[in-house]
Amino acid sequence: MEATIANQSNGTTWHGGGDRPFAASYGKMMMWFFLISDALTFAGFLGAYGFMRYRFLDTWPIADEVFTHVPFTHTPMPMIYVAFMTFILIFSSVTMVLAVDAGHQMKKNKVIVYMLLTIIGGVIFVGSQAWEWKNFIQGDKGAIQLNDGQIVQFVNAEGHQVSLESFAANIHNERVQHTKSNGVWFKKEAAITGVTLQQVVEGFKHNKNISLRIEKIDPATKHKVIVSRDEANKLLAGASQVVKGANLHVNEYGKTLFGDFFFFITGFHGFHVTSGIIINLIIFFNVIVGTYEKRGHYEMVEKVGLYWHFVDLVWVFVFTFFYLV
Amino acid sequence: MAHTESHKALIWKVFGILTVITLVEVALGIYKPKSLFLTHFLGTSLLNGIFLLLTLVKAYYIAWYFMHLKEEKKWFRRAIVWTLVMYILYLSFFLLSEGTSVKNTMTLLFN
Repeated sequence: MEATIANQSNGTTWHGGGDRPFAASYGKMMMWFFLISDALTFAGFLGAYGFMRYRFLDTWPIADEVFTHVPFTHTPMPMIYVAFMTFILIFSSVTMVLAVDAGHQMKKNKVIVYMLLTIIGGVIFVGSQAWEWKNFIQGDKGAIQLNDGQIVQFVNAEGHQVSLESFAANIHNERVQHTKSNGVWFKKEAAITGVTLQQVVEGFKHNKNISLRIEKIDPATKHKVIVSRDEANKLLAGASQVVKGANLHVNEYGKTLFGDFFFFITGFHGFHVTSGIIINLIIFFNVIVGTYEKRGHYEMVEKVGLYWHFVDLVWVFVFTFFYLV
Repeated sequence: MAHTESHKALIWKVFGILTVITLVEVALGIYKPKSLFLTHFLGTSLLNGIFLLLTLVKAYYIAWYFMHLKEEKKWFRRAIVWTLVMYILYLSFFLLSEGTSVKNTMTLLFN
């Protein structure tokens, strides 16, 4: 497209300016314009996240206790998996820039190989993100939500979080599974799993070595505060529901806003990666059929490269603000 | 545009730098040294300050070498970078200076 403008203007535009201002083609400059506006969008999102996090600084969930899953093991290991994801995205950025570099030298086959590697890296990243979401949504240990909305978790004598199932009392559950045969509307429900609020509260009363942990963070140690037995009983008197996993309304890790921002910002980033993969695929097939060989330059590879690097750049910030800080 | 020299060596060097920075971040994130984690520095901890600094260094390498801003014309580069830097400084300024008062106001409104 940029070629059309350049050819018709004979080196200058109608108002006397250069046809390639700043020696950048039309397409490349427009890609940069788009990336600036997109960067401002992400800055706005991360700014909003930082702002709300600051407002709830003394009760915000601790990321190291949330994102602890690593494939093929049940040992909680924070940071490892997200470090792997970051590395994959950086590496796919490297193969992308190698493709651009090979394009500058008109080496078609090298461009094909490097673009394919980039696409594979992108797919691995999106897959990893989906797995991270799955773990976040399914939850781990479970928690109780109080009437005022606060999430309380249970810890053992060493201060490690324990699952609700591990101590819930084995008492009669009055909740009967609704079957099709006794329903007015002949609808059945999924099998009832997990524990009820009553079972958890009874179990807590009988297990003296289980303690209650509230949302509040002790500023001296930066750990969540574990309350005394009396206070725990007082809080549990106002318990409203068992929470397992995360959704947009409630999550077992703490503040609802934490889950909302996580879904929204990583989701928006994942959407960018997905569209980046699709655009990369289109350009990849164009390279194979020789479109850019005929055109005489591989500038389209450079342009999608800019988009792909931008996605990596945004992830660097998402990684810092969601997992590190 | 065609047949320019290859930047392969530089690309791998930048990859090495980015990998090392990420590894340092991850190591600090896992071990959280108390001397950094439990300190107060500009309204946050020294550790968070280090994370932020390392992030900006990574962003610089990605933008300058992978997005080859280094090779663009000086004012094209400035039009991009200054716009973003100014806007983000502006946003952070209000975030930090107004955060306290909004926090107090919102505590009154809902908890």
